[in-house]
Amino acid sequence: MNAESLEGEDRPGHTGYNYAYLDEQTKRMLRRALLKAVAIPGYQVPFASREMPMPYGWGTGGVQVTASIIGPSDVLKVIDQGADDTTNAVSIRKFFANTAQVTTTTSSERATIIQTRHRVPETALSDGQILVYQVPIPEPLRWLEARESETRKMHALREYGVMHVSLYEDIAHHGRIAKSYDYPVLVEDAYIMRPSPIPKFDNPKLDNCPALQLFGAGRERRVYALPPYTRVVSLDFEDHPFDVETWEESCAICGAQDSFLDEVVTDDKGGRMHVCSDTEYCNKRLAAQGRQEATA
Amino acid sequence: MEATSLLRPGFADPVMHAQETFRMVLDAMSRPGSLHASTVSLEPPRSLHPATAALCLTLLDHETPLWLDPSLESDEVWTFLRFHCGCPLAEERSAAAFAVLDGAPCGLASFAQGTPEYPDTSATLICQVEGLREHGPLILRGPGIRDRASLGLSPFPATFLEEWEGNQARFPRGVDIIWVSGKTIVGLPRTTRLEM
Repeated sequence: MNAESLEGEDRPGHTGYNYAYLDEQTKRMLRRALLKAVAIPGYQVPFASREMPMPYGWGTGGVQVTASIIGPSDVLKVIDQGADDTTNAVSIRKFFANTAQVTTTTSSERATIIQTRHRVPETALSDGQILVYQVPIPEPLRWLEARESETRKMHALREYGVMHVSLYEDIAHHGRIAKSYDYPVLVEDAYIMRPSPIPKFDNPKLDNCPALQLFGAGRERRVYALPPYTRVVSLDFEDHPFDVETWEESCAICGAQDSFLDEVVTDDKGGRMHVCSDTEYCNKRLAAQGRQEATA
Repeated sequence: MEATSLLRPGFADPVMHAQETFRMVLDAMSRPGSLHASTVSLEPPRSLHPATAALCLTLLDHETPLWLDPSLESDEVWTFLRFHCGCPLAEERSAAAFAVLDGAPCGLASFAQGTPEYPDTSATLICQVEGLREHGPLILRGPGIRDRASLGLSPFPATFLEEWEGNQARFPRGVDIIWVSGKTIVGLPRTTRLEM
């Protein structure tokens, strides 16, 4: 699918709004928060989240982060669960094509900013790119300790025993760490961080990533960041090392065996198939196979 | 008449130039030790380097008290900052969210350090130096740096390394520095380890 041709018609932009929707004072506040977030990797910086023209849960945090960094020379890609063509991804792309006059793309390689909900692209990211995550709950300790005043102290004192206990309880109950998404990570041996609800399959991509990673939680009013080449370790135990999901199946469309697969129910008789969650990766593989067949 | 002649112009395009400048400083902070050049043309007050002025116009407003090195102070500078940024002046170093300094800073601990719970409330120091070059005697390691980076800073007082060690010992509290020379900037966040 070619986003440029689909969404180009809406230009030139809505009038009556500032560039990239947010007013300049809001951008300055967010920009200052982002600089501190980058300076303290994994630490959650509070910011004055604004009401956005979309409901909470639709990526208001990610949209505000993107709005405060984006410029006319940027090329924006937006994915939702890996897909470029879902409602959330399409509307956010349109939003920025309208308000920030940026070029949009579905190509991970061409994009300078990739806003994502719940996936890291399969295509390896490169230097100079920025990955913006939409985060629902930024606090990794929230389900273990409800009070913000306490979780703040726990982070300040690196008092993370309770997190390890919770992972240990998983092993005691299930024989393994049963967390399959939003799997907690330790950043540069300092802060425990929630990587947003990406599958744990994507956790290794966070470590030593050449791209800058920014996380925005609109409802919870927090931003945090991972600068490029930051050490990010998924929590585990020596006798229960971290591992990622594997599938016996391969993608029913492109045959990929190395990508994250979604299980899709196809009928009411138990029929199901597995397909790549990253639509761009799947399309790219399919196109390459088409070319091979054409030349053969 | 005199007041208007004192006032140097700000960004020609406040929205776009602020965005450009922010991306430059975001990049500089994410990749400590690497040089980044400001592309925005500005005629700042005499004691401010062009990149310093661009950073002030991008990051400062009524929410950010500024501490200005006495050696940089002039009517022209204050007129510029008051008119374009509207930032309050900090009477004490510890009350400032940002500081613009002449040369490598000493007494880092006298600036706001943040609290253990909210280390983001620490000061950001914009330090003007004569020269910045990639590949110098300073070795940098830490988040944002693949293996190691090196940097040349002049003038560079030897006491700064000790100051910086003190800053690191206070982690997660501590100040962050943006070095400026002319139009060039280099980021030095609190997580970067320095050695000679």
